[in-house]
Amino acid sequence: MIRSTHLPLMVTLATFVLAYALCASQYPAMLSTRVVANLLTDNAFLGIVAVGMTFVILSGGIDLSVGSVIAFTGVFLAVILRDTSIHPLAAFALVLALTTGFGAAMGATIHYLEMPPFIVTLAGMFLARGAAYVLSTDSVPITHEFYDTLQDIYYKAPGGGRFRLIGGLMLLTFIAGALIAHRTRFGQNVYALGGGAQTARLMGVPLASTTVGIYAISGGLAGLAGIVFSLYTSAGYSLATVGVELDAIAAVVIGGTLLSGGYGFVAGTFFGILIMGLIQTYIVFDGTLSSWWTKIVIGALLFAFILLQKGLTWATTTRRKRATGSAQPS
Amino acid sequence: MRHRRKMQDQPPLLHASGISKFFPGAVALDEVELKLYPGEVHALLGENGAGKSTLIKCLTGAYRRDGGVIRLAGEEVDPKSTADAQGLGIGTVYQEVNLLPNLTVAENLYMGRQPTRLGLVNRRAMNRAAAEVLEGYGLHIDPGEPLTSFSVAVQQVVAIARAVALSGKVLILDEPTASLDRDEVDLLFGVIRQLKERGLSIVFITHFLDQVFEISDRATVLRNGRVVGERLLAEVSQHDIITLMLGRQLEARVAEKKGGKPGELLLQVNDLAKRGMIEPFSLNLHRGEVVGLAGLLGSGRTETANLLFGAVQADQGKLLLEGRETRITNPREAIAHRFALCPEDRKTDGIVGDLSVRDNIILALQARQGWMRPIPRSKVNEIAEHYVKALDIRLASLDMPIRLLSGGNQQKALLARWLATEPEFLILDEPTRGIDVGAHAEIIALIERLRENGMALLVASSELEELVAYSTRVVVLRDRRQVRELTGDEITADNIVHAIADEQKGAA
Repeated sequence: MIRSTHLPLMVTLATFVLAYALCASQYPAMLSTRVVANLLTDNAFLGIVAVGMTFVILSGGIDLSVGSVIAFTGVFLAVILRDTSIHPLAAFALVLALTTGFGAAMGATIHYLEMPPFIVTLAGMFLARGAAYVLSTDSVPITHEFYDTLQDIYYKAPGGGRFRLIGGLMLLTFIAGALIAHRTRFGQNVYALGGGAQTARLMGVPLASTTVGIYAISGGLAGLAGIVFSLYTSAGYSLATVGVELDAIAAVVIGGTLLSGGYGFVAGTFFGILIMGLIQTYIVFDGTLSSWWTKIVIGALLFAFILLQKGLTWATTTRRKRATGSAQPS
Repeated sequence: MRHRRKMQDQPPLLHASGISKFFPGAVALDEVELKLYPGEVHALLGENGAGKSTLIKCLTGAYRRDGGVIRLAGEEVDPKSTADAQGLGIGTVYQEVNLLPNLTVAENLYMGRQPTRLGLVNRRAMNRAAAEVLEGYGLHIDPGEPLTSFSVAVQQVVAIARAVALSGKVLILDEPTASLDRDEVDLLFGVIRQLKERGLSIVFITHFLDQVFEISDRATVLRNGRVVGERLLAEVSQHDIITLMLGRQLEARVAEKKGGKPGELLLQVNDLAKRGMIEPFSLNLHRGEVVGLAGLLGSGRTETANLLFGAVQADQGKLLLEGRETRITNPREAIAHRFALCPEDRKTDGIVGDLSVRDNIILALQARQGWMRPIPRSKVNEIAEHYVKALDIRLASLDMPIRLLSGGNQQKALLARWLATEPEFLILDEPTRGIDVGAHAEIIALIERLRENGMALLVASSELEELVAYSTRVVVLRDRRQVRELTGDEITADNIVHAIADEQKGAA
């Protein structure tokens, strides 16, 4: 039996399949492994950050800082690899610790000072962006042989598609994210928080560690996305990835997660990312459409999904009312 | 008797003594003592604002107490949070089911202690275990279903099952029966008796004295933050308990009809109806008159109130106000005509929880004036203070959020909101729902007073005794139809019941 909580996920999946079928019927080349591989590679950083955003939104929060954190990570890596002889792996560890700590600090502020996540992460957004500018205002190229090594790792599928390391990393992040969200106590606590913080507290859910954990995950994954983005572009630029937090939120909502928290799936976000990537690919294939059509279609999709969620909420509440109504003696 | 003596001989399972709690400007608890013996149901009684909720919150760590000692099985304990209290063995179930609506029954039952395998939650084992536990309580349901697909009573039992599984020593039930019908109460009481057999101490908080005597062994009565008595219920009567709670003899409410003829005709309702909600309804209402609306749950009481107030639009019939035909299509128009409605569910339709008491009181008056013409601050204070005094609303300050007030005081603040608009026609929907005996008496006295001042009132209530006490006429509804009107000496609880029952026979 399909439960109503699964319905948005089903709709997302159906949208994806339908959209892909539509694209393929028009441009059969879109079925090639090349397109699939590029879809994964091009959206790797966005996918990774969207996993973190899924946790945040499931808990009823929002994280506006991730786009800036990605830019900061890129600039930080570029500058530190240019100015010191530190090994990239050590730099990765350092920047992940930094961004995770940054996220945790925002989570702690949200919980202990009882501040709205919107404001706290807005401040975080400015802070991280500012820190990136302070490090460098120019685009700093990354030229390190270890980067070349990492960029050369790929699996060449029949058909010529190259499945690169960063795409694989995104898939791993989604798998790990899904496991944590759906199959660990921490994940259950995240859902509990999204279902109602007050109730969750009364049920003994550790709100402090859960909130801190959620934003630490989001910050850490933004750091990882930053690393992936630096591998993707071989540079660090403080003006990069402006507005990526909004793309991530869009992917999460198109993926069927309720913006007010409590309902949704990590897997949905994966398909949300693919749908958004697919739209972009279609426009590239078409060649005549302005690339801004991507935004318009994503806007329309978002709107449709919000309506769907409203409709579902409405349907479940009226059904409940009818159920309780019939229980009364008449 | 033997059972009870055995209970007495044992040391108490939970012994709280000298519990004190101060709020700014108020002593909420003053050296309160509570003894719970194993295997007993202990009722915690008191008027609204007597300190029941505060005591519970101190015991469960939701509040930090300012003084006193809690001993559990002889050992001193100091719960710092509800989770802490759970770990010690003290579990709580609240009136509004405190489970998560977005999760399944099993997820709710096992939140925080899910069975895991290799660090991952084992859902299958969890659902199986949940099904077993719930079967022990007589519930045969699929725990993989979302919690919200079940009735409130089932959710309540799930909450109890969770509390017992987590705590297993002391179970506190805070008004668990408030929103249940009789069958559901029986289901719940069955569960309580079963837990009593297992040796748990159960604290039972309720406004229903009949239920107290039905299920409880002992009662502690609080008044104004102090313990005024602990009694074995087998040895006392309801009257004794009420006397303890109120601190005075409750004057027998005689249905003595106060003098004064009804004034001029204010409102004529001719066959007002809304398809699917209420059949044609007619009524003539005079100033200085209280018309009671009686009927079973679902008989159309609330619908009638909403129809007259314009919250629901009539699709036929006429309404004459002082002889002139008047169309009322929404509550704003009703308010402009000096109508007022105190809704049944004050939590969702009435109070604005986070706004101050002052703002809540002034809300309707300000809305009528329009937001462009703000009422001066000094005037607001004057009005709020006037009604707080007139209605004896007990609060620490006008600035406190209204959600912190007890139910009875919230209800009085809501009344104040509408009285501030100086209505000519006041509709009250279940004005005494969920508040205790003392506040009851005050609200009834207030209705009398308003009537004497020449207001026209329509009061929907399921409390027949109350209707009899204040109504000058009673309209009986049945299946969304007006079936009888009782006047003068006809107004007795018996006659109302007969009016409902006769019609039922006629229909059958």
